[in-house]
Amino acid sequence: MNATLKRTIEEAVLPPLVALVVALIVGDLLILAYGQAPSAVWRLLIDGTWGNAYGFGQVLYKATTLTCTGLAVAMSLRAGLFNIGAEGQLAAGGFGAGLAGLALPAGTPAFLAVPICVMAAMLCGGLVGAVPGALRAKFGAHEVIVTIMLNFIVLALLNYFVSAKLHVPETLHTPGVHAGGLPRLSNLIGVFHGSAANWTIVIVALAAVAAWWFLFKTRAGYELRAVGLQPDAAEYAGVNVGITWRNALIVSGALAGLGGINFVLGYKGYYEDGFSGGAGFLGIAVALVGRNHPLGVVIAALFFATLSQGGLAINAMVPKQIVEALQGIVIVAVATSVPEVRRILRNAVSKSGGQH
Amino acid sequence: MSAPLSAPNDTKALAVRMTGIDKRFGPVRANRGASLEVRQGEIHALVGENGAGKSTLMKMLAGMFAPDGGTIEVGGRDVTGWSTAQAIGTGVGMVHQHFMLVPTLTVAENVVLGREPVSVATFDAARAIREVESLCEQSGLQVPADRLVADLSVGEAQRVEILKTLYRGARILLLDEPTAVLSPPEVTELWNVLRRVRDGGATIILITHKLDEVMNVTENITVMRQGETVARMATRDTSPEGIAKAMVGRDVDLGVKVAHGGARAMGAPALHVKNLVVRGARVERAVNDVSFAIQPGEILGIAGVEGNGQTELLEALAGLRPAVSGAMSLGGRDITALSVRDRGDAGLSHIPEDRHRRGLILDYTIADNLILGQQHRFTSGAAMDGAAVMAHAQSKIAEYDIRPTDPLLAARTLSGGNQQKIVIAREMSRPFVALLAAQPTRGVDVGAIEFIHGELRKAREAGKAILLVSAELREVLSLSDRIAVMYGGKIVTVLNRADASEEILGPFMTGARREVTA
Repeated sequence: MNATLKRTIEEAVLPPLVALVVALIVGDLLILAYGQAPSAVWRLLIDGTWGNAYGFGQVLYKATTLTCTGLAVAMSLRAGLFNIGAEGQLAAGGFGAGLAGLALPAGTPAFLAVPICVMAAMLCGGLVGAVPGALRAKFGAHEVIVTIMLNFIVLALLNYFVSAKLHVPETLHTPGVHAGGLPRLSNLIGVFHGSAANWTIVIVALAAVAAWWFLFKTRAGYELRAVGLQPDAAEYAGVNVGITWRNALIVSGALAGLGGINFVLGYKGYYEDGFSGGAGFLGIAVALVGRNHPLGVVIAALFFATLSQGGLAINAMVPKQIVEALQGIVIVAVATSVPEVRRILRNAVSKSGGQH
Repeated sequence: MSAPLSAPNDTKALAVRMTGIDKRFGPVRANRGASLEVRQGEIHALVGENGAGKSTLMKMLAGMFAPDGGTIEVGGRDVTGWSTAQAIGTGVGMVHQHFMLVPTLTVAENVVLGREPVSVATFDAARAIREVESLCEQSGLQVPADRLVADLSVGEAQRVEILKTLYRGARILLLDEPTAVLSPPEVTELWNVLRRVRDGGATIILITHKLDEVMNVTENITVMRQGETVARMATRDTSPEGIAKAMVGRDVDLGVKVAHGGARAMGAPALHVKNLVVRGARVERAVNDVSFAIQPGEILGIAGVEGNGQTELLEALAGLRPAVSGAMSLGGRDITALSVRDRGDAGLSHIPEDRHRRGLILDYTIADNLILGQQHRFTSGAAMDGAAVMAHAQSKIAEYDIRPTDPLLAARTLSGGNQQKIVIAREMSRPFVALLAAQPTRGVDVGAIEFIHGELRKAREAGKAILLVSAELREVLSLSDRIAVMYGGKIVTVLNRADASEEILGPFMTGARREVTA
């Protein structure tokens, strides 16, 4: 048992930690290159994020969306598929929530309106995920290609709907929803005033727990992970691999779609073209750093949200692009510290050591 | 009674001397103080169970990695920690278990690859063919030099591997389990080749766990167990039982007693296959009109060189590959159209031929692997019944002596024998009528082989019908009541155990003889 724990720490906790240290060191160098003191910049970054309620609220808000897209990518990777379509699925989910909120009559009670809008978001995201899922299951079409292409199609379609049919003049957003809006956290806890953090965070936290339960405690999760690890063995165990792939991408899309309510229902109260702003793609990094584990995804989402919000805070001293460079470094560092990659490196080292 | 560790009385010079070799891979000590002495011009066997450290020791000799401690001498010179390039340069060549050939190139091109003869900066194909042909002649290894490797049989491909090593001037040849993929006549041919190469002055080290091979061709034997060298013996002074005892550290039943092929009640067959046709990945009729029936309490063994339709037959029976035509029934019930899961529930157990690809999810725990394929029996609602899974794991680990005993360890961390025990435990503990046992002892150690054979016999006594498919002819002969030979997708003969022997089955396995019987 002790060995198991040690292995878990070595393989799940260590890589992100190492990545963080590497990022800090490179960050130091970058900051020094701008003639600033690293300690002052880091302090500013922490002060601007976890150091005050507004900054923290913003971190929570951003982490909420990233958790959804991170869970989406993690879910697909657990089934052995790489869903790069979270961006489009996120947008579709937001659009679905916005449409449902518009369609409902004003004054619909929240206990009806919110679930309907949430379902609409997940349904739309799931529909977008079902396309690559079905194509993969039926024709073996590679999901990476299909999801990349589908991003363009979905975003263009949504742009058309909004700009041609639904927009408020002079803007690229729909009218405000009539029902289903979610209150800000500041309504409950005053200090969050001004931040976009809202009740979506509760829904998404529940989704993360549900994703964990599904993956590790249910038969469907057992079978999904089996398909992801060894499709031939899963087939031997009586699992229909194609259907599992299709379902995994539907669930993945639904999780990404759920992220859409954060902006649409929780923050602005309307759908706006381009609101996803790369959160779908960053979900790939979140899943990678979180090692495809729901808890890891939540932590990684908080980390990337901190970097993103912190970039604004330190902009006075150094260009905020520094945090984008740091994001890249973290991703590369994690990618090279996952056990499989480390094993290859170790072999290469022991081999070259044997040359002398 | 492991023989004293004194070197066999030798007068010839030592070709290889390895002493006190230590090698660690993380927490695993693959070699601990292992030693090896091989005389010039002998065929020397390095035997031991899987994981005994044989391959590690040989890879260090071939320069693939350096030992953590100890010294390696070749021809009296200290070469500890040398590189593969230096090893090849000094004449030490390794023939790998898995062929490393380019199928789209000719034999000659493969042999000279890396040392191509050139004339005016271009590859001199004619000279390559000439050189390889003369090498063939000298060594007695007959392979057409201008044929594409893709068109060669397995035995020929292996000869190309050996030629490749000789072409680079190897005087010390290391062969890692060379007979794993060969049919009996090809094995005989390989021994002839090795003897000829030896008579030409080369030294040969043979890694193997097949004891009959050891007795057949070697002069001296080194036995390894758990990373240590435990015995050194002259082949003429020992017996298979003696070697097995040294390998395992206790007495072993080698299971060569003939199965009792008594008359069986000819009731309804438990497993019945009729005119089955199955498409293969490349072959239109990989299984070509195959019919057979297995009675309860009977083991039908299928002998044959791998790739003659056995895999497709097994997959079709298990429901992993559709049948083009024909019918299969289990206990009188037609299962031709059933899914994998429904066949399992109808009473079909299956030990798949490749446990790393199909039989286990290597990253799953022992507990999770013990329910693979039966996960629907361990649920409460949508959730898995974790308590039931753990209880099941604990009882099976104890019953089948799976080690280590922690049910939460990943299957990947277990030895081959213990991994196979997981598969056996799982497939034997579900209610079943018939069992498909494919290569049930592949890559497991002698102790586990004994155990697995015992389990198969027990299942037969319990009235189960067993289809045994194995590349090990001895295994088929020692377990089966009847033996069918598959060649080219057809069953070319079915013999009662009493009428079969390696000599009789060999010609059928190579297609030299065919008489289709019922």
